[in-house]
Amino acid sequence: MKEATERLQVRIKLPLDSFDLDVAFDTSSQATGVFGVSGAGKTNLLRSIAGLERRARGYIRLGEAVWLDSSRRFFLRPEHRFVGYVPQDGLLFPHKNVRGNLLAGTHRAPGGRNGQQSTFQSVCKVLELEPFLERDIATLSGGEKQRVALGRALCSAPRLLLLDEPLASLDVALRGKVLPFLRRVREEFDIPLILVSHEPAEVRALCDDMIVLEQGRIVARGQPREVLTQRHVVSLIEREKGWGGPWEQE
Amino acid sequence: MENTTLDALRLTLVVASAATLLVIMPATALAYLLARSEFPLKNVLSALVGLPLVLPPTAVGYLLLESFASDGILGSGRLGFDPGILLTWKAAVIASAVMALPLVVRTAKVTFEGVDPRLEMMARTLGHGRLSTFFRYTLPLASRGLLAAAILGFTRAVGEFGATVTVAGNIPGRTQTLASAIFTAQQVGNHREASSLLVISLLIGFVAILSSEYLARKKPEHHHAR
Repeated sequence: MKEATERLQVRIKLPLDSFDLDVAFDTSSQATGVFGVSGAGKTNLLRSIAGLERRARGYIRLGEAVWLDSSRRFFLRPEHRFVGYVPQDGLLFPHKNVRGNLLAGTHRAPGGRNGQQSTFQSVCKVLELEPFLERDIATLSGGEKQRVALGRALCSAPRLLLLDEPLASLDVALRGKVLPFLRRVREEFDIPLILVSHEPAEVRALCDDMIVLEQGRIVARGQPREVLTQRHVVSLIEREKGWGGPWEQE
Repeated sequence: MENTTLDALRLTLVVASAATLLVIMPATALAYLLARSEFPLKNVLSALVGLPLVLPPTAVGYLLLESFASDGILGSGRLGFDPGILLTWKAAVIASAVMALPLVVRTAKVTFEGVDPRLEMMARTLGHGRLSTFFRYTLPLASRGLLAAAILGFTRAVGEFGATVTVAGNIPGRTQTLASAIFTAQQVGNHREASSLLVISLLIGFVAILSSEYLARKKPEHHHAR
């Protein structure tokens, strides 16, 4: 199933509370980072791509499939976009166990029952989910929850993975344990992904292309190792970490 | 126990169950609409649904009586046939359903508001359309609250008196419920019967409250793979 990564075109305008999200970029990279301080509009960008922001205007296209074209009043509903969305807190379904969560989107995976079963099995293998398939989700640790959320997205055979700060709810030690799974997903599944993060290390570890958002606009674009050393981006990172200056003393 | 007491108990259970069944689906739909969508005149709809809660029950009964009278909007003159509702147990069902509606809608609305809309969005991104999301995700996530709403509606229907007596009358063995039987027994000074009716009412109310508290406390059930 190896093929070139499909080209993703995004042109979005979305009014937010204190500024407008106004973003345009194309990418054919397998993993694109969206970096920015909190409140820069990163999550709104992902939600717009997923089809969860009805007010988003513009144009979105993945490969041959147009998802949004407001000039022609076209809006593809989220259930038809085939995205795998992994939010910060996992958002697992509390009325289903781990297996039920993983199966929540399998109906749209190709290949009939056999194909769906083999997708399910390879996802469980890559993410090492077999030991807790029958577990109640309330008994999972934070890291396990994020792996299940990732698995649920992958089992639905998405054409694009949207990872919204998938490690941010975890402590540093757990992040180190979950990050390798993200890398494995990148290597094992041929699905383009967008990683939203405010952690330079995560973007560097996973992405080969990135954009930097500030106040809803793209202020830098390129390969992580170059972008993350640009002076403006470095100052953004420092401000976010609270080393930035006298106004953030606590 | 006297025959009229047993008749009243049986009729009350039948009427309250039928009223609950009649009300639960429209109430769920209304509650979901009020909890999840914005539309013009939403406040007006909300107020209309709440009216039976604040009107005198006899006023609601009178309104129903006028509607079902032969020249009313739901009467034989309009429908072309006689629905034969007034002064039957069916009238009691309709009256108690109308009186229970606001309580069921309110409880169900709070329940739906407690369902994280982001879980519904997650279901959408996983390929479920709006209907599938509602039936596979929203409803199961709200199931305990909806059951509690149904129990509350049932108890409201059991206790309904004013509207019921106006449209269904108080005919022993035919339309006399616990509430109207207590009223009659007390009016004619039949102490024994009033007391046994009272005990029955206490028992029903007690069980209903216990079970709705149980629903509020019990952990959600976990449905396993589809």
